[in-house]
Amino acid sequence: MGIRERLSGNEAVALAMKQINPDVMGAFPITPSTEIPQYFSAYVDNGQVDTEFIPVESEHSAMSTCIGAEAAGCRAISATSSCGLCYMTEMLYVAASDRLPITLAVSCRALSGPININNDHSDAMGVRDAGWLMLFAETNQEAYDNYLQAMRIGEAVGLPIMVCQDGFITSHAIENIELVEDEKVKAFVGEYKPQHYLLNKDEPMAVGAYATPVYYMEAKRQQAQAMMDAKDVIKKVGAEFGQMTGRTYGMIEKYEMDDAEEAIVIIGSSAGTAKEAVNELRAQGKKVGLVKVRAFRPFPAEEICEALKNVKSFAVMDKDDSFNGHCGPMYAEVTASLYAAGVSAPRGISYIYGLGGRDVRVESIQRVFGELGEIAKTGVTGETYRYLDVRE
Amino acid sequence: MKDIVEIRWHGRGGQGAKTASLLLADAAFNTGKYVQGFPEYGPERMGAPITAYNRISSERSTVHSNIYFPDYVVVVDETLIASVDVTAGLKEQGAIVINSNKTPAELRAKLKGYKGKVCTIDAGKISEEELGKNFPNTPMLAAIVKISGVVEEKEFIKDMEASFKHKFASKPQVIEGNMRALKRSMEEVQVG
Amino acid sequence: MKWKASEMTPDVKWKDITPGCNIFEGGTSCTVETGDWRTMKPVLDADKCRQCLLCAPVCPDMSIPVKNGKRGDFNYFFCKGCGICANACPFGAITMVKDEK
Repeated sequence: MGIRERLSGNEAVALAMKQINPDVMGAFPITPSTEIPQYFSAYVDNGQVDTEFIPVESEHSAMSTCIGAEAAGCRAISATSSCGLCYMTEMLYVAASDRLPITLAVSCRALSGPININNDHSDAMGVRDAGWLMLFAETNQEAYDNYLQAMRIGEAVGLPIMVCQDGFITSHAIENIELVEDEKVKAFVGEYKPQHYLLNKDEPMAVGAYATPVYYMEAKRQQAQAMMDAKDVIKKVGAEFGQMTGRTYGMIEKYEMDDAEEAIVIIGSSAGTAKEAVNELRAQGKKVGLVKVRAFRPFPAEEICEALKNVKSFAVMDKDDSFNGHCGPMYAEVTASLYAAGVSAPRGISYIYGLGGRDVRVESIQRVFGELGEIAKTGVTGETYRYLDVRE
Repeated sequence: MKDIVEIRWHGRGGQGAKTASLLLADAAFNTGKYVQGFPEYGPERMGAPITAYNRISSERSTVHSNIYFPDYVVVVDETLIASVDVTAGLKEQGAIVINSNKTPAELRAKLKGYKGKVCTIDAGKISEEELGKNFPNTPMLAAIVKISGVVEEKEFIKDMEASFKHKFASKPQVIEGNMRALKRSMEEVQVG
Repeated sequence: MKWKASEMTPDVKWKDITPGCNIFEGGTSCTVETGDWRTMKPVLDADKCRQCLLCAPVCPDMSIPVKNGKRGDFNYFFCKGCGICANACPFGAITMVKDEK
């Protein structure tokens, strides 16, 4: 049995870092992830970890530090949010293409402007094509659990991994959490033993090559394969974690989906709020359910098709907008998955919700199900690109 | 969530309403409950009105929204009554606890017809007398525990003593002052 | 998997390319003949050369070998014929001529 505690999401992630005791952290503070390096630097100062903590002058440098350290053969970590993640973007691509399994904790926050410090997924979704594995947490517990699994996944396929949670909503909220004992964490995460690394005196190597058009595409095809291969690893590590803790993880979580006729696809903390909405509607006899996306990269295309193939209508909830004039980014991927699998019966709509900390209430989600009920009944989808809880 | 208790805190940036909500979450956690304690962040400035929340229940609540229909409201700074609708959504079978030297009857007139219990506690005075400084958190926490019964009183006192002993290990006089403030607050809170 | 620079040839398949195009040996530029990029080539007149060594450090490649404090003849395997050495020489000891291959 684990250790019963109550911690904020940021504290929980910092504690997971402490239990893992990585080699290098390069970090620059930004709300709402600041507490993570703040707590962690105290562990460093108190001698509770051996980590080399490198305070840098920007997020670009934080990620560059991680790239150098990871290439040298170290386990490197960082944490950031919002414009900090944007500022890292150039180096995020380098980390992924150099195939360096860095672990980055993201406390998701809106992007400017208007300037806003509150939660949405614009930051993480903005870098969704950088080649990083991406896990999202509904609760503090999941932020912690995902962090403990992250390095196993990233290191197995040679890709960096982002462990995302919702800024303030979980990062600054205290909730009950069950911690894993230090020695179990150590045994589960294991030592990092890279096959090749710069500090190996017996094997000189060059990292960060220039690739002409003759080689570039082959390199990218191989990078794409690593992302595809990650799916099995995520499931395997999630199952093994379940054997240790009783909390098993996969690509998605299905909630009341067995006989669901209307469903929403959602990510992050609002999935919890949506579960309560589902409970209340189920109590009224409505056949509703939800699919929570835990792994956004790689994208759980098959799992989502399997979950949605028998529903009459569904809404994909995006806590950010693609500004493409027709739908949110996850809606685009969900519908592409369905189309590719030849699933065309369910009628789907895209909802943009919760931007810049707009509170997502049980009633908000119930309104979405109300709309889905209408679509299922009438067969008329209407406008597919919608904003939730916006003043008209 | 049959037994869920939801509490909303009103304070000003720097006064510790967020800390008080986290302390209440701690106290409830220590008695075996599922807790949530979270702030609603606005402009992070000293003196700006801030709101914090607690959900306390015996089963885990999955809801991650703010609280719109609280069972209890705690007002750490009386001056907020004029500018913030502190009783918005507050259940009539619940109560509002205000840090004030006035009587419940005097304050009820300012609360837009709220029909539930109005409670007052002079947390500022208790804090000045017992701690020598205006730290209204501890007395406010004790008052809401007393009024809501969300944590069993004896367990609460025992738990707080342990946590003060841990926090102020090098300053025993502070521990005693805090404990006196706690107990006085539970006795002196007025219910009207 | 191809690990050496010499194995990274234009027919390498995506499954065989190293992760991140990393190369697992050092000093691989030694194998790259930049000399065949040349249209003009420097020629040293040993009689005019005073061994002042102003030419060696300005060579952008490694075409002027220096041994025991003295420069030797050009290493044409690397020399791209840029002419910087000829410009740097104060004694007119280096002349650029058309490279006849």
